[in-house]
Formats: sequence, structure tokens, C-alpha cells
Amino acid sequence: MDWQALLLTLRLAAITTSLLLIAAIPLAFWIVFTRSRLRALVEAITTLPLLLPPTVLGFYLLVLLGPRTALGRAWIHLTGHPLAFSFVGLVVGSAIYSLPFAVQPIAAGFSAVDTALIEQARLLGAGRWRMLGELLLPLSLRSVITAAVLCFTHTVGEFGVVLMIGGDIPGSTRTLSISIFDQVQDFNYAAANRTALGLVVVSFTALAALYLLRGERAISVSTGVHRGE
Amino acid sequence: MASDAAAELLDADILFRRAGFELRARFMLRAPWTVLFGPSGAGKTTLLRVIAGLAAAERGRLTLHGRVLTDTAKGIAVAPGTGAAQRRIGFVTQQAALFPHLTARANVAFGLTSLAPSARQARVAEMLRLFGAEALAERRPAALSGGERQRVALARAVAPEPELLLLDEPFAALDVTARVAMIEALRTSGVQVLYVSHDLADAWQTNANAIVLESGQVVAQGEARVVLADYRSQLLAQLGASTPSR
Repeated sequence: MDWQALLLTLRLAAITTSLLLIAAIPLAFWIVFTRSRLRALVEAITTLPLLLPPTVLGFYLLVLLGPRTALGRAWIHLTGHPLAFSFVGLVVGSAIYSLPFAVQPIAAGFSAVDTALIEQARLLGAGRWRMLGELLLPLSLRSVITAAVLCFTHTVGEFGVVLMIGGDIPGSTRTLSISIFDQVQDFNYAAANRTALGLVVVSFTALAALYLLRGERAISVSTGVHRGE
Repeated sequence: MASDAAAELLDADILFRRAGFELRARFMLRAPWTVLFGPSGAGKTTLLRVIAGLAAAERGRLTLHGRVLTDTAKGIAVAPGTGAAQRRIGFVTQQAALFPHLTARANVAFGLTSLAPSARQARVAEMLRLFGAEALAERRPAALSGGERQRVALARAVAPEPELLLLDEPFAALDVTARVAMIEALRTSGVQVLYVSHDLADAWQTNANAIVLESGQVVAQGEARVVLADYRSQLLAQLGASTPSR
């Protein structure tokens, strides 16, 4: 097992998931409740990474983050090193690649909240942030958990984008899936098997935890609380 | 004229059109209780939604105690809510629409964020007591019966002291005793009510004014006993008496 790659992968997935939730919750709120004509455009942009081949997305991100663009040059000016082939670049690429996995479940969760509840909250004076924090998020918690697990597992397992943007730098950009690729290239199938098994365990554990949480929440919502017996 | 306007609880002159339905309503509410009658599809719920600010009038003007809530000519559309600059109108429908993740107490407190914590707690306790829901305070909606939910929904709507409470058949599923108790609690609260009902006995019991809406038009308004004379036989049937022949 490549422990260094495992830790780097878990770190990458945790940071990417956290950033995506912070961005996706307000973005999903806007998509569901806006009347702006830009909605269709924003929805298309957020869904695009789902359809693009990872190598295509990775290639454009590599170009965008490289020293040939204003963004890439500004980053180098600020930090002294390029965004591509760095852990931060990897986070940026992973976040963009997994964006639809965060936005779509959360937007679906918000859309499923009964309109009558939203109208009552408005009548009782709730503004947007209160509506989001005290009504939509608690009632869409399963969707948020789903989004988090999907983002995490998707980031853990990604290969094409990571390879294009980050390359294969041990301790910096070599994730588990790239480590497996290297081990196979070296005909070290035993090591590749152990690493692949590690990925399976991480993904299975995350999904099992998701279904467990969703199941428990479904039970608590359906039974209500404290009948005052 | 200004004093006349101020004496009117609600002055509405609105046009609402959607999907082939047209609502043209011109009426004034002067009584603390007004019952809105009309056949199904007459536009009663739509009218309440426009007054509440949940649906936008295409044209028209709406004032509450002389305060302009809607004036399409001037681009005024005051948002729903309980704040001084908001609409200050409560709305309870047949569907209680309680927040399922909150207890009855937290539901009632939801519209009281402008109050200090101690004042909020006192107001919530007062409302739960008024609507006979004290024993339900710590339960969530899933653990309440339909009637209990309606009691909590009424307490929640009345708690922020709205200037007008709109009721869209909230007692339809309740028995007579529970319905009378809810009407009595609302009367005690002092809130002014516009109340959609199919039950003429309600208008008699509450000594209300009445508005009759048919096909999106107000066809009559005034004291219920006068306006609803045409519905007398229906009322007698509801009360279990035979219609006297004349």
C-alpha cells in the first residue's frame, strides 16, 4: 500500500468536498429559486464536467492554470510557483470536476421541499439566509450528505483530471489512482492489488456510512419525536 | 376621504390573470370578521394569495389600514413577512404546513425573531395556551393529529400579531366543537380575519360581514345576514331544519 498516496488522496478529497459544499449550497439555492434568465446557462456550466471526458477537462484546466493565461500568471506572481502540478491545482481541478456531484443532489433536495413550507416561512418573515439555514438545509440534509459522499468518493477515484493537472509527483500530486497506474506500469500487480483494495475499502465505507445515515434519518422523520407518552 | 380610507381594514382593487382564469376583485373589508363565500373555482384561494403577497396582481392597488401593500401603477409590492416594512399578513390553509423538523413550540416561535428571548417565550406560551396546544409544545408535526396541527398552525400565524389573518378553510377537517373553539380563540386574540368557508353557519356564528365571489368577480358584499339571504335555504339545511315555504 502506498500510504503517502492514500493520505494525500484523503486530504485532497476532504478539502475538495468541504470547498464544494461551501460553494454548492448557495449555488443550488440560487438555481432553484432564481427567476434570472442566466439560470439555464449557469445550470449548463455546472453540469458540463459530468459530460466532458476527464482528459478534456484536465487539458483545458492545465492550459487555464498554466503560465500562458492571465490567471496562471497572476497565481505565479502571487505565490511564486505555478498552479498546475501542485496540490492546490489538484484541489481546483477536483472541485471543478466534482461540481455537478455537489450541486445536483442539493438542488434536487431544495426543489423537493414543499412549497407551502417555503411560503409559510416567507409569511413569517424569513429572509433568504434564514430560509436556507433554518428550513431548506435541515429538510434537505440527506441530499447534502449524499452530495458530500459523492464528491468525496468521486475525488478519491478520479484519474484523468488529476494526471493532466497534477502529473505524478510523490507527496504532492500522486493520488491513489495514479499510484495504482504506476504500479501496473511496473508490473507490480501485488502492490497494485493492495492499493486498489484500499480504494475499494474507502469507497465502500463512505457509501455504507451514507446509506446508514440516510436510513436512520428516514426513520426519525417518519416517526416524529416524543409523542408525550 | 382620508379618514374613510383609514377606517377600512382592507381596500382592494385587483386584477389577476393566469392560465385562462381572470380575477377582478374590488371590495373593502370593514368588519373584524369577513367570510368569503363562493363556489369552487370562483377564485377565493387566488384572491387570498394575492392579498398575502404570494401571487402578484397584474394590475391594481391594495391597502391595509391605509398602508399601501400593492400598487402596480407605482411599482409597489410589499413583500410578505412580519416586519414593520413587510406585509404583516398571516395565512392558514387546510394544509397546516408546519415545519416538520421543528417542535410545535419552535414552529410558533418561528415568526418572532424580532422579540427578545424572554418576550418570545412568553408570547409562544400565550399562543399555545390560547389555542389549547400547551400539551403539544414539544411534539413535532409528525406526532400530531390533523386537528392538533391546525391549532399549532393558527397559534403560529397569530403569534406575530398580523394586521390581517387569511384563513382558507382551515377548519374543514375539524368537528363542530373544535371549530367553535378555534373561532373563539381567534376572536379572543383580536386578530382581524378574512375567512374562506363553504359553511354558512360560520358567518352567522361570527356575526361577520360577507363577500360573495363568483367566476373571479365580487358579486356581493356587506353584512352577512343580508348578503347571504339567497343562501338561506342552504343554511337551514345545514342546521338540520326544513326550509319554510313561502
